[in-house]
Amino acid sequence: MDYISPWAIIVASIFTSNILLANFLGMCSFLVCSKQIGTSLGLGAAVVFVMTATTAINYGVYYGLLVPMGLEFLWFIIFIAVIAAFVQFVEMFVERFSQGLYHALGIFLPLITVNCAILGAALFMIIRRYDFIQSLAYGFAAGVGWALAILLMAGLRKKMGYSIIPKAFQGVSIIMIITGIMAMAFMGFNGMVRIQ
Amino acid sequence: MSNLPVACGACQAGGVCQGKGLSTLKSGLWANNPISVQVLGICSALAVTSKLENALVMGAALIFVTGCSNLFISLLRKAIPRKIRMIAEVAIIATFVILFDQVLRAFYYDMSKTLGPYVGLIITNCIVMGRAEAFALQNPPIVSVVDGLANGMGYAGVLAVIGAIRELLGYGTILDFAVLSTSWYVPNQVMILAPGAFVVLGLLIAMFNAINAGKGAADAKPAGGH
Repeated sequence: MDYISPWAIIVASIFTSNILLANFLGMCSFLVCSKQIGTSLGLGAAVVFVMTATTAINYGVYYGLLVPMGLEFLWFIIFIAVIAAFVQFVEMFVERFSQGLYHALGIFLPLITVNCAILGAALFMIIRRYDFIQSLAYGFAAGVGWALAILLMAGLRKKMGYSIIPKAFQGVSIIMIITGIMAMAFMGFNGMVRIQ
Repeated sequence: MSNLPVACGACQAGGVCQGKGLSTLKSGLWANNPISVQVLGICSALAVTSKLENALVMGAALIFVTGCSNLFISLLRKAIPRKIRMIAEVAIIATFVILFDQVLRAFYYDMSKTLGPYVGLIITNCIVMGRAEAFALQNPPIVSVVDGLANGMGYAGVLAVIGAIRELLGYGTILDFAVLSTSWYVPNQVMILAPGAFVVLGLLIAMFNAINAGKGAADAKPAGGH
């Protein structure tokens, strides 16, 4: 397999294979938290940070501990434990050292443990056999891609308040369809770079 | 996560938790269907449904995991301290997910490759966690198993419908049997790709809403009440 440059991975994970729009990860919090632009900005930033850090830690744990000991089959449980522990740690750290940041980001941190995009990014990193630099680039860019998608959605939902939507389509239904159109728009970037 | 109290409130109001298995079963399959009503577990519902076969395997995985994890969490519900219940639940769920993943790898390697990370992502699938939190922690084992299986089946059912629609329109086949002849039907690539998944699910939820509203059921909640 050819070596894929980290820059290609960054561009690809933000645009062509956006973790939300192409891999469908992190839908739950995407649906719930995209009501306001402020909220989605906070959550997006928290996701970028946690995803970058946890892919790096999980990379170390997988190749440093699990592979030498032949325990690869435990990866799911180890990854989710690492993510949960890291989020807990960051929450305590932020609460202790920066009250402002805690109020801006802290409330989103517990939500992130159950955000499947975080675990998904770690799993994709192993499945695609990225090296450390590639993993770091991937974790960061996947987070940015997710944040971009939720921000766009929050903007659209704000405008949606002025439209008359058929009763049955109100709520999640119309959001799904809009996301579909958004995914189609992002497919326009296809062919720019290819990582899979 | 705001939907958990809603789901729980609904089942207490209807007396589902106290009732026998049948009402629990019905609630999981239709009235509180995990995907179309509670809007949980969307990720995998979209990602693995480009073909009916994948959707069925994923549905089976979820029935297995929710059933087993509900059983064990319910058995241990008095032993698990409240403070660490989340991590205990995750550990139990992850055990069954690993089990299923290993079996899939051993006997059905191609499917394991196709599903990729989405089998592992069952751990973070809110349906499993939601049922453990909202039901298994408060109910005896037998009812919990029924609840787990019912929610798994409700999920599997919706997955199968999405999978069938997407495979039919995207490839013109159902379970790899040609249904729509290519002599007059041009397979619509969009249905296989991401946008098709979003749109099909959106329309499906709208249909559920319309049917439930048509019934005039007082308890029909709009799906947006998340």
